[in-house]
Amino acid sequence: MSAGTLEHSAADRREVAAAGLRGARRRRRTRRTGVLAVLVALALSLSGAALVIGDFPLSPGQVLGALLGADDPSARFVVVELRAPRLLLGALVGVAFGLAGALFQSVLRNPLASPDIIGISQGASAGAVAALLLGGLSGAAVSLSALAGGAFVGLLLYAVAWRGGMTGHRFVLSGIGVAYVCAAVVGYLLTRSEVDQAQVALRWMAGGLAQAEWGLVQVLALALALLVPLVALVARRLDLLLLGDDQAGSLGLRPEVVRAGVVALGVALACAATAAAGPVAFVAFVAAPVARRLLSDGGLALAESALVGVVLVVGADLVAQHLLPGDLSVPAGVVTGAVGGPYLIWLMATGRTAAR
Amino acid sequence: MVGWASALLALLLLAVVASLALGAREIALGQVWAALVDPVAGDNDHLVVRDLRVPRTLVGLVGGAALGVAGALMQGVTRNPIADPGLLGINSGASLAVLGAISLLGVTSVVGYLWFAFAGAALAAVVVYGAASLGLEGVTPVKLALVGAAVTATSTSVITVVLLADTQALDDYRFWQVGSLANRPLDVLTAVAPFVVVGLVLALAAGRVLDALALGDDVARGLGQDVVRGRLLVVLAVVLLCGSAVSMVGPIAFVGLAVPHLARAVVGLDHRRIVAVSALLGPVLLLGADVAGRLVVRPGELEAGLVVALVGAPVLLLVVRRSQAVAA
Repeated sequence: MSAGTLEHSAADRREVAAAGLRGARRRRRTRRTGVLAVLVALALSLSGAALVIGDFPLSPGQVLGALLGADDPSARFVVVELRAPRLLLGALVGVAFGLAGALFQSVLRNPLASPDIIGISQGASAGAVAALLLGGLSGAAVSLSALAGGAFVGLLLYAVAWRGGMTGHRFVLSGIGVAYVCAAVVGYLLTRSEVDQAQVALRWMAGGLAQAEWGLVQVLALALALLVPLVALVARRLDLLLLGDDQAGSLGLRPEVVRAGVVALGVALACAATAAAGPVAFVAFVAAPVARRLLSDGGLALAESALVGVVLVVGADLVAQHLLPGDLSVPAGVVTGAVGGPYLIWLMATGRTAAR
Repeated sequence: MVGWASALLALLLLAVVASLALGAREIALGQVWAALVDPVAGDNDHLVVRDLRVPRTLVGLVGGAALGVAGALMQGVTRNPIADPGLLGINSGASLAVLGAISLLGVTSVVGYLWFAFAGAALAAVVVYGAASLGLEGVTPVKLALVGAAVTATSTSVITVVLLADTQALDDYRFWQVGSLANRPLDVLTAVAPFVVVGLVLALAAGRVLDALALGDDVARGLGQDVVRGRLLVVLAVVLLCGSAVSMVGPIAFVGLAVPHLARAVVGLDHRRIVAVSALLGPVLLLGADVAGRLVVRPGELEAGLVVALVGAPVLLLVVRRSQAVAA
C-alpha cells in the first residue's frame, strides 16, 4: 500500500514537473513570437515613414504607386532614387551591426566587446580619415580605405591573440589596445589638418546614410547575402559554446575554431557596414543587450538583435533628417548614440535582471 | 617584490631625469642639476629647466600616477579587464564639460578648463553609479560597465553635434582632446594635488575591499566586507583621481588601461600591490611617452596623449600574449 502511494506520488511529481516544463517552454515561445512580431512591425512602420516623410511631400498612395511603377516621374525619382536606397542602406547597416555586436558579445563573453570598442570601428575610422585628410580622396576610395583599416585590425588581432587557440580575454584586450592606437592616429591627423577638413572627417566618423545610392546598396546587400547564411550556420554551434568550453568540447566541438570563425564573421560584418555608412555609433554595442532584455530567456537572440539594429538605424536616420529643431540636420550616427545611450541606461535602471 | 620595487623606482628616476634633460634643447645633466639647486638668472638652460621642464615633469608624475591607479581601481571594481576611464564615461563627461566651456563660455586656456573637466568627470561618475544602482539588483559590475559605455556614447554624440556646428570650438577642442603635458602651469598642479593625494590614500585603503570583491559579491559579504560602502569608496577615489588627471593632461585613457595589466603581470593579483605598482608605472609610461614625443619630430613635438598609445600598445599586446589567462 505504502509502496503504491510512493510510486503514485513519484509519477505525479513527474507529471507536474513535465507540465511545468511544457508551460515554461510555451511561455518562452509566446514571448519570442511576440517580441519578433513587435520588432518586425516597428521596423516596417519606420520604413513606411522613411519613404513617406521628407521635404518633397508625397502621400502614402503616391509612394506605393511610385514603387509599383506608376507614371509620376518626380515621385518616382524621389522614392526610388533617393528614399528607397537610403532606407535599404539603413536596414542593411542595422542588420550587419546588430549581428556583429551580438556575435562579438556572446562569443567573447564580455558585454563591452562590440566592434565599436575593440578596435574594428577605430581601424576603419583611421583608414577612412587617412584617405580623407592625407589622400584627399572621397566616395568609394574612402570606403575601401575604411574596409582595409578594419580588416587590418581584425587580422592583427588574430595574429596577436591566437596562440594555439584563441581566448576571449586576450582578443578583447588586444582589441582595446589597438583601438587606442587607431584613436591616436586619428587624433594626430585631426590636429595636423585644416579645421574644415577635420570637420569632414568628423562627419564621416559619426556615421550616416547621406551617401546612399543603389550601387552601394547592391554591394552591401551582396556582402550580407554571403555573410548572413554563414551566421545562421554557426549560430547553433555558438549556442553550444555558451555552455562552456568543456561541455562544448565533450559534444564534439573545437571551441577555439568555432570562436575564431564567429569572430571572423563579426569582423567581416562590422567592416562591411562601417565601409558603407561609417561607424554608426553604438548600434553594434546596444542591439544585443536590448534584444536579450526584451526576450529575457538567456538565448543568443541573433535575429532579434539584427531587428533592433534595423529599428535603431532607420529610426535614428528619420530623427536625424526630419525631427530635429530648426534646420539642424546631423548624421544618423549622432542620433543612435544620443538615443541608444539613455535607452540602455533606462533599461539598466529599471530592469530586474542584468542583461547578459 | 623588493627587487621589483627598486627596479621600478630606478625606471621612474630615469624617466624624470630624461624628462628634465631631453627635448628640443638638450641640456647636460650638470646644467640640469645646477638649474635645480643653484639657478643663475638669465641663463637660458636654467630658465627652460625651471619654467618648462620641471612643471611638465611634475604634471606627468602626478597625472600618470592618478591615471594608472584609477585604471587599477576601475578594473577591480567592475571585475572587467577592459574597464578604463575612457570606457566608464568619466573622460567623455569631462570632455563634454570642457567643450561646453569652449563653445558656450569661450574659455580657451588649460587653467580655465580645469574645473569644468573636474566637474564633468564627477558628474559622469555620479550618473553612471547612480543609474547602475537603481533597479532591484543594485550595482553590479556588468551594469556599471554597460551604463558607463552608454554615458560615453551619449556624450560623444552631443560632442559631435557641437563640433559639426561650431568650427571655432572644434579648432580649440581637438588640441585639448588628444592630451598633452606641455604648457601646463604649476597652478594647475597645485589646484588638483590635494584631490590626488586623497584619491591615492583611498585607493591604497581600498585594496582589501577589491580583493574581496574579486571573489564575487556574495563571497565578499561572507568575508565580512560591506560591499556597497566598499564600492562607493572605490568610485569616490576613481572620481578624484580621474577628475584630477583629465583636468591636468586631457582625456588620456590608455594609461589607465595598460598600466594595471602590466602591474598584474609583475606582482600578481593582490590589489594593494597592484595599486602601488600602478602608481609607479603610470608616470613611467606617461613621462616616457612625453619624452619620446619631444624627440621624434624635433624641433616640433608629438603630444604625449598620441605617443602613449603608440608606445604602450605593443607592450600591452606583448604582455597579453604572454599571459596564460588574463585575470578578469
